[in-house]
Amino acid sequence: MDSSTSGAGEALYRTMVRIRAFENAAETASQGGVSAYGQQAGGAAKVRGPLHLSTGQEAVPAGVCAHLRTSDYLTSTHRGHGHTLAKGADLTRMMCELFGKATGFNGGKGGSMHIADFSVGMLGANGVVAAGLPIAVGAAHAQKLMKKSDDITVCFFGDGAINRGPFLEALNWARVYELPVLFVCEDNRWSATTASGPMTAGDGASARAASMDIAATQVDGNDVFAVHEAAARLVNEVRGGAGPRLLHALTYRVKGHVSVDLAAYRDPAELAAALETDPIARTRGHLLSAGVNAATLDAIENAARDEVDTALAIADAAPWPDASAAFTDVQTTGAGQWH
Amino acid sequence: MALSKELSYSEAAVLAVQREMEADARVVVLGEDVGRGGIFGQYRGLQQTFGAERVIDTPISEAAIMGAGVGMALAGLRPVVEMRVVDFALCGMDELVNQAAKNRFMFGGQGRVPLVARMPGGIWDASAAQHSQSLEAWFAHLPGVVVVSPSTPQDNYGLLRAALQCGDPVVYIEHKTLWGLRGEVDEDIAVPLGKAARVREGNALTLVSWSRQMQACAAACDALAAEGIAVDLIDLRTLWPWDRETVLSSCARTGRLLVVHEAVQAAGFGAEIAASAAEATGCRIARLGAPRIPVGYAPVLEAQSRVGVEAIAAAAKKLLG
Ligand SMILES: Cc1ncc(C[n+]2csc(CCOP(=O)(O)OP(=O)(O)O)c2C)c(N)n1
Repeated sequence: MDSSTSGAGEALYRTMVRIRAFENAAETASQGGVSAYGQQAGGAAKVRGPLHLSTGQEAVPAGVCAHLRTSDYLTSTHRGHGHTLAKGADLTRMMCELFGKATGFNGGKGGSMHIADFSVGMLGANGVVAAGLPIAVGAAHAQKLMKKSDDITVCFFGDGAINRGPFLEALNWARVYELPVLFVCEDNRWSATTASGPMTAGDGASARAASMDIAATQVDGNDVFAVHEAAARLVNEVRGGAGPRLLHALTYRVKGHVSVDLAAYRDPAELAAALETDPIARTRGHLLSAGVNAATLDAIENAARDEVDTALAIADAAPWPDASAAFTDVQTTGAGQWH
Repeated sequence: MALSKELSYSEAAVLAVQREMEADARVVVLGEDVGRGGIFGQYRGLQQTFGAERVIDTPISEAAIMGAGVGMALAGLRPVVEMRVVDFALCGMDELVNQAAKNRFMFGGQGRVPLVARMPGGIWDASAAQHSQSLEAWFAHLPGVVVVSPSTPQDNYGLLRAALQCGDPVVYIEHKTLWGLRGEVDEDIAVPLGKAARVREGNALTLVSWSRQMQACAAACDALAAEGIAVDLIDLRTLWPWDRETVLSSCARTGRLLVVHEAVQAAGFGAEIAASAAEATGCRIARLGAPRIPVGYAPVLEAQSRVGVEAIAAAAKKLLG
């Protein structure tokens, strides 16, 4: 299927635009008091705590998750809004969670860094770099042991995560047990405030995968059609029982590490160059030249903005969790003996 | 020449590391983002002053950072190992627990591991369950390490210098929300490891705490003082070795002990102090810590994990009643 000219192209565009609209709104709602990385929280912020935006990286989750079913599993990182939306999670409930409300996915217990929607197979964002990799491998191992279907697990992680042991241990495990897992490295060139390149020996995620006999594909992660096409092949192979695969998507982190980080440590020219390849603008241009109506694309954008506005209003009006919720879902055996 | 100036808790820490790096060429720093000053500014300017070979930016590799720190220490350096927050220090646990803490003993005293593992702890506003933990009791339980948790800029300066001069592995837990706290720092005041500070004097009861919870305890003491209750408030400062002498002599005098900490109360370090005081003095004892729940994200949930001024004052009065 040629995703660039069919309705699939519009669907990819819609996914990316919804992610961007969601994160722009969350960023605005976080202003006035985010506490991450040395800043103090202020009462004014509706979204509190560390907010990691994936602005500019939308093509990767959109292109990959387009091939996933609800019953496939997904693990994510601290930068997980895009993955979660692309996997089919409800946008409004995600906004409610960022607001800390009872109606959020986690009942306000987790917030942005711990977004999860198990109902669509999204097994959780993670505050610990690389922690999602072994978990994904475990989920894939379970899929293989239970042999109920050809469902697979997809695992997103950053280029910084490949320097932690769990990355190597998970890839090795996946190959040894021939697990149905697709590893997706979102290589956005930065790890918090340090450039990843100088901190990484060798050629990065794909080279490391190759060293463990895991076939890896590098792709322009800002080209949603390229991501979509590569992911189609890899997901198909993994589903077919070929064992683990790795997709190495080269993209860029447009914003700072967290929403309060202005990324003053970064060369402005680097950002400017990256913005030229903004995946959403590129896709729009591509679809237009393929004959898609500008009005169609405008409608997609307007719908996303409306949806996000509605979500903001709902999240704002939603109730706080009851204080007693702090004591629920901790454990069953021994629960109640808090002191 | 006494130098006293107003510094923040993080500036005090920078100054301490700087002074030790000036005095001792063996002191090096390694960790993520330290070249840029650390995520809380607690290394600000050090790489410019001492170069990238002594203030070493590392990959996101906590196990390797901690393990390399052990190796550097065995080979004669005095590394400051940065873990960002105590929650991520868990990614380097074998290297700390089975290696750093055991090396000297296990190899019959052949090796020494003089490293300082800095791992900011405590509730960090709206940072939820994986960025808000208080795990000091884990480390105090571990033979072979020193455990330090300063509550003021002066103490952060003095204790960090002492930690860097100490020949054993030190778990150094600064509070994630104290970085901006300002106070006088006198460079000539040494703060020895293992010595508590008596912050308020009184005979009604002994109140022991540490780290950020000292602020809530001080406020509770003020409230109690207004009602004529004079509290002996002790800042433990070092959890291992802890200052038994200061704490137990106070307990013997007041006959009552309240221990307050931000960590979960169950199996917390308060239990160690309480049991010691009971054994040594037979005084009346109460503990106050967080319920045994992960820290929630929403403000109302996070609040359930906080030990506040009113709860402290109430616990003190109950103990007196
Ligand atoms: C084990 C661990 N170490 C450090 C951190 C702090 N931290 C959070 S995100 C991040 C950068 C991660 O970089 P990368 O994996 O490339 O993902 P990106 O942020 O670029 O999406 C760091 C260092 C953490 N959360 N967990």
